[in-house]
Order: sequence, then structure tokens, then C-alpha cells
Amino acid sequence: MNDLDLDVITRALPWLAQGLQYTVQLTCVAALGGTVLGTLLALARLSPRPIVAGLAASYVNLMRSVPLLLVIFWFYFLVPLGLQWLTSAENPPRVGAERSAYVTFILFEAAYFCEIVRAGIASVGAGQQAAARALGLDQAQVLVHVILPQAFRNMLPVLLTQAIILFQDVSLVSLLNVTDFVGAAGKIAQRDGRVVEMYLFVALVYLVLCSMTSALVRRWQRTHSIGQHPETAR
Amino acid sequence: MSMISLEAVSKWYDSFKVLDACTTAIERGEVVVICGPSGSGKSTLIKCINALEPFQQGTILVDGISVGDPQTNLARLRARVGMVFQHFELFPHLSVLANLNLAQVKVLGRTRDVASERSLALLDRVGLRDQAAKFPAQLSGGQQQRVAIARALSMDPIAMLFDEPTSALDPEMIVEVLDVMSTLAQEGMTMLCVTHEMGFARRVANRVIFMDHGTIVEDVAKDAFFDDPSARTARAQTFLSKILQH
Ligand SMILES: Nc1ncnc2c1ncn2[C@@H]1O[C@H](COP(=O)(O)OP(=O)(O)OP(=O)(O)O)[C@@H](O)[C@H]1O
Ligand SMILES: [Mg+2]
Repeated sequence: MNDLDLDVITRALPWLAQGLQYTVQLTCVAALGGTVLGTLLALARLSPRPIVAGLAASYVNLMRSVPLLLVIFWFYFLVPLGLQWLTSAENPPRVGAERSAYVTFILFEAAYFCEIVRAGIASVGAGQQAAARALGLDQAQVLVHVILPQAFRNMLPVLLTQAIILFQDVSLVSLLNVTDFVGAAGKIAQRDGRVVEMYLFVALVYLVLCSMTSALVRRWQRTHSIGQHPETAR
Repeated sequence: MSMISLEAVSKWYDSFKVLDACTTAIERGEVVVICGPSGSGKSTLIKCINALEPFQQGTILVDGISVGDPQTNLARLRARVGMVFQHFELFPHLSVLANLNLAQVKVLGRTRDVASERSLALLDRVGLRDQAAKFPAQLSGGQQQRVAIARALSMDPIAMLFDEPTSALDPEMIVEVLDVMSTLAQEGMTMLCVTHEMGFARRVANRVIFMDHGTIVEDVAKDAFFDDPSARTARAQTFLSKILQH
């Protein structure tokens, strides 16, 4: 093997940056969408109606038992068919793996975020619910103004940790020939025959980004330990 | 008409009978203290009064409105009955002022300015106006409980329910909370207090209810309860001598 050729990386930077942008974008959209959908699923799972709770639970269990790669392939084929059915078009529209990945990851992550949100809601004491109801707030107001803000504050570290995992998992879309960060690096690596440099560089970027986020999470946990408010924390 | 009346109220948790045919009435402006051993159903009784817990038998009327009636708007009923909890239950993510404003704005439909004005006046009354911008975790237990009382009062309640408001407090903070409650009683607020502070009961209460095993064993005027041992049931006698020793 020759010496490392770092010029390959410099030359490929614009292309890599584009891939990284897609990866970050997909991660953010999936994390936000997954949190919103996950919260709705969590509320459904806590519903007093057994049918609602049961349906939500089945969805979550299904998504959590199927490998992500399989889900990615499923939705790659299902999303166009679903859109065809929704719009009753004659032929399935061409969606493209880049865009179907958004749907895939939102739906997949929602299952994981659901369980995090459920734990977050459970972490808020029953007394808070009683106090909020005693003031005359209705169930929706209790959730929006009292339970969920506290739940999200308690679960923020876990949510961010899940987002880091998601950031890494997103690279699986490169198997559908999508030019995410890993996909972009892979294409250049093969074109220029510089596999080692490329994948070392990619690994380094992942390491730096993930360590930075983890450090942020730890810092946040230190200053926001239970019962402490940011202003009282040292 | 009584402010609060209970007629043969019974409640079960599964097959366990927590409340057994409880009957009593609290008149306008009356202060009634409920005491009794742990597990006797005191908390459950007051939770039933503002519909935080359902009950299966009997009738509860609050200002003439039936709590058990499915037609009753329970949120509106709860908004009119103040409740204070053992562990304060202030909302930790909101400032003191926001704790007081929340339900005024969301339930009573007051504007933020009107609500704030009312909140600050009430904080003044409990001696905490200067703490309005702080968060609950920055206050002592006694201060938090006084904020909780002010929060309940911000809804202009027709009656106040207290569930052991001082039992989670250090001794030096109990007084400041009891003082606020005494003032409230003097001003004519209808109050139902679960407490074992017998000094407070002696000074402030009109009546004392003693509960055991889900039943109201005694429901007598304060003087009879404290000064006439011969009128007391053996169970109340044992209980009283136990807690008065401390
Ligand atoms: N959610 C519940 N499910 C089942 N049983 C319950 C529930 N809440 C209370 N109980 C039981 O009901 C009984 C009465 O409880 P309650 O809290 O009203 O008693 P209490 O008189 O307030 O006691 P304490 O002085 O300890 O606060 C107890 O035996 C308790 O174990
Ligand atoms: Mg109790």
C-alpha cells in the first residue's frame, strides 16, 4: 500500500460536504419528526382506550423488532406505492431514495422516541398531574403546560443520545446508492482508488461530531441534575 | 345550603373499601380539621371532594353542584375549589409568578397583565412578592408551600382543601405556613384541612373530624373534641394521646 494521499480528501471536500449536509439534514428532520410522532405515539400508548393503546404498542414493537436495513428497503418500495394510492395516480411516482429516506427514518425513529417520551412522562410525579388538574386545567392543558415540558427536560440527554445513534444509522441509506456522507466518500474512494484515506477521514469526522455532542449532553446533565434549575446550578 | 356536603359516600379501590359511608357537611366560612391514623382515608376523602378521585356510592355537593353527576363540568368545579398538597407540587419549570398565572390565564381567561396583578397581590399577602421571579427550587419548603397556597387562591376559590400542608416541612417552617392558613380562616375562607397540627386545630378550627378505616368516627365541635375526653371514642382517645405526646 502506498503512503496516505491527503490531497484526495482536499479535492473531494466540496463533494463530501454535500454528503455531510444531506446526512445532517436527514438526521435533524428524522429526529424532529420522530420526536413529534413519537410523542403522539407515547400519548396513544398511555390512552385509557385499549384499542388506541394496543395499536400504538403494536406499531412500536414491530418497528423495534425489524432491522433498520430491512425497514429502509421496505419503505424504498412502499413509499411510491403509498403515494400512488394516496393520489390515485396511474403509476407510482418516482420518489427517489433520498426522499423516501426521510419518511423511513421518521417512522422508524418514532418508535424509539416513543419509548423515550413514555419514560419521560413517567418521570414526572403523579402529584404534578393532580396539582394541575386541581387548578381546573383540562387534560390537554395539563399535558401541554405541565407534564410535557418537564418530561422533555428530563429526557433531553436520552433524546440527544438517540439522535447520535440516528446520525450514525443514517449512513445505511448509502446502500440504496444515496449520496450521504458515507455514500459520497465511498464513491470517491472507488473512483480514485483511495479507500483507506477516505474512510479514515469519514471515521474521524464522525468521531469528532459525536464526541462533541456527547460532551454537550454530559455538560447539560451536570448543570441540570434533578431538582436543579439552571440558575441555581453551579 | 352547606358549602360542601357529603352524604353516605363510599369508595373502593378494587375490592378494598377506602371510604365507608362518610357523611358530613361544611358550612360557609367554617374551618374543619380532619385527623386520623395513616391509611384511614383522609386524603382520599378530600380528593373525592374536588373530583380528583371518583367515588362509587353516595353524593357530594360543592356549592350545590353534584360532583358525581356525569353532567358536571369537573374542570370548572376544580377551578373553584383550591387545593394544597403535602409536597407543594409547584411546577418546577415555571417561575413563581408563572405558577400563579398559568391557570388564571388558561382556565379563567384572564389576560396576562390582570393575572400578574392578582398574583403579585397574593404573593404580597403570603410575604413573597420579592420572590416572584424565582423558580420553586430556589425557595425553602415553607416558602414553596406559601406559594402553593397563593396559587390556589389565585383562582378565587369558594373553599380550600389542605392535605397535610405542613407534614413535609422542617419545624421552623411550619409556623409560617400555619400563620398564612390562620389568617385565611380569619378572613372567612371555608377550609377543610387534613392535619395533625393539633395546636392549629385548637386555635383555628370550628370542628374536628376523626377518621379511621375509611369511616368518620367523630365529627364534633372543637371544644368537645379537645376538652371533653369522656365524649371521645376510645379510638380517637388513643390516637390523640399518641400524637399529642410528640
Ligand atoms: N391509588 C390507590 N390504589 C389502591 N389503594 C390506594 C390508592 N390510594 C390509596 N390507597 C389506599 O387507600 C387507603 C387510604 O389512603 P389515603 O391516602 O386516603 O389515607 P390517608 O388517611 O391520607 O393516610 P396518610 O395519613 O398516610 O396520608 C390506604 O390504605 C391506601 O393504601
Ligand atoms: Mg394522606
